[in-house]
Amino acid sequence: MSQHSTTYVPKSAFAKWFESRLPIAGLVHSSFIAFPVPRNLNYFWTFGAILAFMLVSQIVTGVFLAMYYTPNASLAFQSVEHIMRDVNYGWLLRYLHANGASMFFIAVYIHIFRGLYYGSYKAPREILWILGVVIYGLMMATAFMGYVLPWGQMSFWGATVITNILAAIPVVGDTIQSLLWGGYSVGNPTLNRFFSIHYLLPFMIVGVVILHIWALHVPGQNNPTGVPIKSGKDAVPFTPYATIKDIFATVVFMIFFAWFVFYIPNFLGHADNYVPANPAVTPTHIVPEWYFLPFYAILRAIPDKLGGVIAMFAAIAVLAFLPWLDTSKVRSTNYRPLYKQFFWILVADTLLLGWLGAKPPEGWYVVVSQIATAYYFIHFLVILPVLGFIERPLPLPNSILDSVMGVKGGAGLPSGAKAEPQAKG
Amino acid sequence: MAETTSTVVEPSRRDFLFIATGAAAAVGGATLVWPFIQSMTPDAATVAAGAPVEVDLTPIAEGQIVKVFWRGKLIFIRNRTAAEVKAAEDVNLASLRDPQPDSARVKPGHTQWLIVYGNCTHLGCVPLGHQGPYEGWFCPCHGSIFDTSGRVRGGPAPINLPIPPYTFTSDTKIVIGQEATA
Ligand code: HEM
Ligand code: FES
Repeated sequence: MSQHSTTYVPKSAFAKWFESRLPIAGLVHSSFIAFPVPRNLNYFWTFGAILAFMLVSQIVTGVFLAMYYTPNASLAFQSVEHIMRDVNYGWLLRYLHANGASMFFIAVYIHIFRGLYYGSYKAPREILWILGVVIYGLMMATAFMGYVLPWGQMSFWGATVITNILAAIPVVGDTIQSLLWGGYSVGNPTLNRFFSIHYLLPFMIVGVVILHIWALHVPGQNNPTGVPIKSGKDAVPFTPYATIKDIFATVVFMIFFAWFVFYIPNFLGHADNYVPANPAVTPTHIVPEWYFLPFYAILRAIPDKLGGVIAMFAAIAVLAFLPWLDTSKVRSTNYRPLYKQFFWILVADTLLLGWLGAKPPEGWYVVVSQIATAYYFIHFLVILPVLGFIERPLPLPNSILDSVMGVKGGAGLPSGAKAEPQAKG
Repeated sequence: MAETTSTVVEPSRRDFLFIATGAAAAVGGATLVWPFIQSMTPDAATVAAGAPVEVDLTPIAEGQIVKVFWRGKLIFIRNRTAAEVKAAEDVNLASLRDPQPDSARVKPGHTQWLIVYGNCTHLGCVPLGHQGPYEGWFCPCHGSIFDTSGRVRGGPAPINLPIPPYTFTSDTKIVIGQEATA
């Protein structure tokens, strides 16, 4: 945090007294008021704020739901119906929470693909990126356990399928499974512990988010050119510029969110989850929530239980290695003509996998899933490392200011434009 | 920041105490984790609820599949027709993923009765009876196929539907959860 245009100076006697004991006002000032923000950020950079908003929204609605919800296998389903019918505004709390989970994932996927496009995972932001992958993993665990709580048919069978997936892990799989079940199958003990952990994980996410923001404030934000801030002219102070833009984007996102909550609250859910859990009958078509579909397609594409499980976890884990798999020194895809095409193919491939994840595992769906799965891994493990060596990037602007003012870049790569481990933003 | 300097270079009594204390703390910490993890394993009430259950087979018609629960786990009891038994017996074992003769999956003298766990060995869905190419079971989740002996014949399931422990106490009664002691 080397480029603070102003530093916090406590004015009143009390502020001075307080600041010398707990310098929190100075921390807030340097992180969210004076913090230098690249002047060329586009709206893709507002999704961090949107995600923070969604996390708070999930925690607030969750804490209230927990006041009326009963984590017991014979009462859970009814207690959710009680929330929907009897509790004042209970329907609103639950629809905000259930749709909020989807909104959270929509925002995180945009946020992740933003990082992929602008090379935000490259040096010096590797730790920042890996913390993001950790948050994503915690979010998936939280959402999975939350979906089990209403104890409908999808809750029960989703829990059964996922806990059986973990049993495929060699050596420790069975132990993990029995610790999750607390019995010989998914049942009341499972529901109790899932509720406990579902309550815990969001607060762990808060902790990792703090680390994530800390790691962000060391190198500073990336930007659409990928060229770091070189002088004060490249940056604007966080407040008011980024603050207002983030608030505006969050409000627009809230409108989108409200549209789901008030007009199509069950669009993203499954009708089967309004049928109470029945361990004797599996719904004819079981599918996970939409945000898990690409990984579910990968799981089913491999005709081997352990192989499918490994592929599914690898599909997420590979993201953590991205900073080293991408060998190109240029961050922003705007200057990478070849990678740009592969980026969009990857987006299409992921969407295709998501679509396939919702289809029955038969006939040509299986074959296409296998091709799409193979391509997903080839993108990260082959295309990305090789492209860095063979691609000829476009000339980069000399500075953020130049790119904003429309000054064309010089020939070749200006030194500061490359990803350098020690570069400070 | 205050600076601390280590004046002693030779291993001393203090080093020993330091390492011994650290080791005791590590062992103590690990020991403390144990009861927490153990609390998550099936509790006494759940284990007690796993007591054997008796099932009367008389009402189960030929060709019918009945579902019962033991230890919270689903079990299929299938009264197989003569044709289904024959289909299960006349199989080239070498062609199976998890080779097992039908005779090893039923009790001698009671070959019409097939008693298997009712959760797919892939990821635990409940397969649908009398469906799939072998008219044994077909799993709707990811397409595993089982024959009339509950053996896997296709799809992602790695092994046959397992056989729970059970014993015939008479020609029309079984006890699930208890192996014959004879
Ligand atoms: C990362 C944040 C969170 C996510 C992604 C999340 C996700 C979910 C999901 C997907 C459901 C199922 C909704 C349904 O279909 O009914 C759910 C239910 C629930 N969650 Fe959360 N949740 C989060 C945070 C929390 C927190 C912090 C609490 C409590 C303090 C909480 C309490 C509950 C309760 C009581 C239910 C059951 C009621 C219901 O099903 O509507 N959640 N959660
Ligand atoms: S659970 Fe039966 S095929 Fe996957």
